[in-house]
Amino acid sequence: MAFNTPVELQYSKSHEWIRIEGDEGTVGITDYAQDALGDVVYVDLPQVGARFDAEAVFGVVESVKAASDLYLPVAGEILAVNEALANNPELINNDPYGAGWLVKIKVAPGIGALMSADAYAAYVETLKH
Amino acid sequence: MAGQGALRRTPLYQRHLALGGRMVEFGGWEMPVQYSGIIDEHRAVREAAGLFDISHMGEVEVRGPDALSFLQRLVTFDVAAIPAGRANYALMCRPDGGIVDDIFIYNLGNDYLVVINAANIAKDVAWMRDHAAGFDVDLADASDRIGMLALQGPAAEELLAHVAGRELAALPFHAVARGSVLDVPALVARTGYTGEDGFELFVATADVDRLWDGLLDAGRDSGVKPCGLGARDSLRFEACLALYGHEIADDINPYEARLGWVVKLDKGDFIGRETLQQVKQEGVKRRLIGFEMVGRGIARGDYAIHTTDGTPIGRVTSGMPSPTLGKNLGMGYVPVEFSTEGTEFDVIVREKPVRARVVKMPFYRPRYKK
Repeated sequence: MAFNTPVELQYSKSHEWIRIEGDEGTVGITDYAQDALGDVVYVDLPQVGARFDAEAVFGVVESVKAASDLYLPVAGEILAVNEALANNPELINNDPYGAGWLVKIKVAPGIGALMSADAYAAYVETLKH
Repeated sequence: MAGQGALRRTPLYQRHLALGGRMVEFGGWEMPVQYSGIIDEHRAVREAAGLFDISHMGEVEVRGPDALSFLQRLVTFDVAAIPAGRANYALMCRPDGGIVDDIFIYNLGNDYLVVINAANIAKDVAWMRDHAAGFDVDLADASDRIGMLALQGPAAEELLAHVAGRELAALPFHAVARGSVLDVPALVARTGYTGEDGFELFVATADVDRLWDGLLDAGRDSGVKPCGLGARDSLRFEACLALYGHEIADDINPYEARLGWVVKLDKGDFIGRETLQQVKQEGVKRRLIGFEMVGRGIARGDYAIHTTDGTPIGRVTSGMPSPTLGKNLGMGYVPVEFSTEGTEFDVIVREKPVRARVVKMPFYRPRYKK
């Protein structure tokens, strides 16, 4: 199965994406991640104002089967969380790069090692075998 | 067979991949956890029917003049009370009362077929052989020769009638008979692990793929879907059917697990009887309970249970959002004084206490055809 990996985004090995515009970033989980999770039934997101290091756990998504930690791709402060997910967690499955976004952050200086869409797609290929 | 460390695969492995099944490790096997999605498959079984590959389950054939007396010694249930052509749930216990495995015993007339958990095959077979001394009995591990499918849900009966005839489809609850399903010789039993009416089919390993394809084909119009282990788990969870390694284990006795009905202390001697008699007389200190999350959060297996003022009192055995009931439910062990309906405690979800309340089990009342 081919997973959608929009070229304008950057990706982490833990399957989050980030769209960076200026010093703000929007973060979600990838198409591959939502498919691997299955039906998302519950999302736990941080308070606005919380600060996290790069690759720190900032929340949790849960399917019927399991809970999976969410890792922030870059260090930053939470500016907004997607309130719609509380009642409609399935948005993450239906539209992982759009309505299923998780948090908006103020990006701290010094972005770490993120992958391009091509690099991430190649990385996902290696996981299937 | 696969070497040590490598995962074992059922004859349907390629079928699972072709159907888009997501493969995961379970008890040393590589099995599909889901195809279309756990919730979708769960609903199919509650509303129509689902087909499960359960060929990973182990089967042991027990025959010989002492087959019955051997099984009577081995398990807690009264095997003499299972007539030919019937099956029953049973437990193998250790001398200290801990549960070695939960099993299903099928009385086939001249011999018995014992179905054991996939993850416990080696342990169970060794346990059975170790306790066969002095009995004129022949034990054969048929796990590699027998494939097993479960057809479960309210539409299962009609589909089975269509592919195997009215007679097999009319088998009573927990009955078993030989027959032919889609021209495949099969042992058909009205048993299952979903809380729905349904059947389990035992066939030769070489015939499993033909039966799988045929049943999916014949069931397409009635909404039969291939179902993975994810839905198998969520279905058995709602019906509060125990899963080995979770609700039951080596260090849990049947009374704690609310399986006292499977222990027949007056049937004669069996392994663990003395201890279990004592446990029954003295009463248990902890007990399996069902609970509902009151606060926001989902309980998962092995999460800690604390009193509402923070004292650790137990552990969650299984927990998930119930697809049928739309609530976050769980099962777990707590001291008996916390086991009455309505009692509140906290489940520790990612280091935070989340309030939960004891509720009646089963969460979902099984709809067996009795």
